[in-house]
Amino acid sequence: MTTYINSGSKDTRSGFGAGLEELGNKNDKVVALCADLIGSLKMDEFKEQHPKRFFQVGIAEANMIGIAAGLTVGGYVPFTGTFANFSTGRVYDQIRQSVAYSGKNVKICASHAGITLGEDGATHQILEDLGLMKMLPHMTVINTCDYNQTKAATIAIAELDGPVYLRFGRPKVANFTAENQHFEIGKAVLLSEGSDVTIVATGHLVWEALEACKALNEEGISAEVLNIHTIKPLDDEAILKSVRKTGCLVSAEEHNYLGGLGESVARVLALNHPVPQEFVATNDTFGESGTPDQLMEKYGLNAASIAEKVKRVISRK
Amino acid sequence: MTDITALHAFTTQVRRDILRMVHRVNSGHPGGSLGCAEFLVVLYQAILKQKLPFQMDGLEEDLFFLSNGHISPVFYSVLARSGYFPVAELNTFRHLNSRLQGHPTTHEGLPGVRIASGSLGQGLSVAIGAALSKKLNGDKHLIYSLHGDGELQEGQNWEAFMYASGNKVDNIIATIDYNGQQIDGATDDVLPMGDMKAKLLAFGWDVLEILDGNNIDAILKGMTEAKSRTGKGQPVAVMLHTVMGHGVDFMMHTHAWHGKAPNDEQLAIGLSQNDATLGDY
Repeated sequence: MTTYINSGSKDTRSGFGAGLEELGNKNDKVVALCADLIGSLKMDEFKEQHPKRFFQVGIAEANMIGIAAGLTVGGYVPFTGTFANFSTGRVYDQIRQSVAYSGKNVKICASHAGITLGEDGATHQILEDLGLMKMLPHMTVINTCDYNQTKAATIAIAELDGPVYLRFGRPKVANFTAENQHFEIGKAVLLSEGSDVTIVATGHLVWEALEACKALNEEGISAEVLNIHTIKPLDDEAILKSVRKTGCLVSAEEHNYLGGLGESVARVLALNHPVPQEFVATNDTFGESGTPDQLMEKYGLNAASIAEKVKRVISRK
Repeated sequence: MTDITALHAFTTQVRRDILRMVHRVNSGHPGGSLGCAEFLVVLYQAILKQKLPFQMDGLEEDLFFLSNGHISPVFYSVLARSGYFPVAELNTFRHLNSRLQGHPTTHEGLPGVRIASGSLGQGLSVAIGAALSKKLNGDKHLIYSLHGDGELQEGQNWEAFMYASGNKVDNIIATIDYNGQQIDGATDDVLPMGDMKAKLLAFGWDVLEILDGNNIDAILKGMTEAKSRTGKGQPVAVMLHTVMGHGVDFMMHTHAWHGKAPNDEQLAIGLSQNDATLGDY
């Protein structure tokens, strides 16, 4: 088992802000748009340093997506920033037609994703965005796990020619992946090797998976943990290689089980190597107000929940 | 000097193309296509500074975005006859494996198309983005766009109108095909939009009207005037008053031909009213 150290909790959205700032300085084709949430998205530095390449569009997300699509004509690489709910459900048809179907090189960057948005409640806690976005043909879908990885992913997606959905969040969470890491889109990261069960996790649930792995290890259960930061295209090979060894799998995500990472993984297993699978995800429900920790516990999205599902899936082998 | 006679002949051929394309596949939108034939012919033959072969980025040239994508027949005909792709390809309109999809798309790589459109109300935002791109690139060329009047019922347009004036996007000329018709009937009956000119002015746009939007001379004068009003701190809107179905007598002044194809007999009548000036595809 490999252990990881939290170098100091930080919010993933600040990783996005830092990545965008770095990109702005090294790539003058990168432009950024925001729909009245500059502070929340941590886009202040980019705006300060590159005012001509920053567009405040106001509370008008549909227009923001369209303008971003238009900015690609002429060679720019637009990064849009707003909450995940307003980045997807609110503008789905704009993304579908003007970005995805049109093949435009727009990076849709979405903060405050999932239930850990907290006290604002269900109107803002989108738990359906991964499903919405992964269903769009040619859309790359990424959900990063910590500050360092979010920063690296932000920089990496600028190099990909095509639409990307980058999902991150609001709360301060453990920062444990390497600083200035190389982020490879579509490549799962093997965090810890094990033999009894495979845990595939994305976003904030990756740290919880590592915590679960530690607790399980003390009980004599050896878990293999994969960080699936890219939900589409999915790293089928890494998943299959792991389950061929362990024979069962738990998927963990801050998202509805319908349409999320778990379902994508289930398809890979069904087609190639059927093994028992359990899902750590929300159960077709809206969220509610509360602190992130309270909500993670109530909706079964933490290390304890992962450990419980691991025991259940092993018993089904 | 622009050869008005040649533009007339060009338009007549475009009308034949529209009728024949829609008839062959028994689907498509002839009404709005016919109504905008003069406008798009004037735009592509006399107004736009364009470069061939087609480049998606469109640097150092004027760009056009079609927002009301259902009038694809006129768009395709004008693009083909302006040299963007072979005229013979018009024969594949709406067929399987064609680049000429029911609604225009970049997806099949058809030269001349820079955005997919069809789901209404999105084109103005895209055109504004392209206009901002021109400004960042120091490119003095203009962005043109076309929208249906019924299309303005979509709220995204008003976000875009507000943005463009508030941010002085003054290198764009957005034309509204003001024919007063939409699928379910007259716009005044479906959802009355009130005084459109007053609304556009209130949203901070410089507005001019072309009262006879099916008159080539009037379009030339109007669009030349519109060009002269760019670069002055305001986006420019053109209210192009057209007649849906123009040039085919039984299709005029009604919404009935918005999305309906003529039968063999109706095609023959329509073609008899428009001579094959440039040769049919």
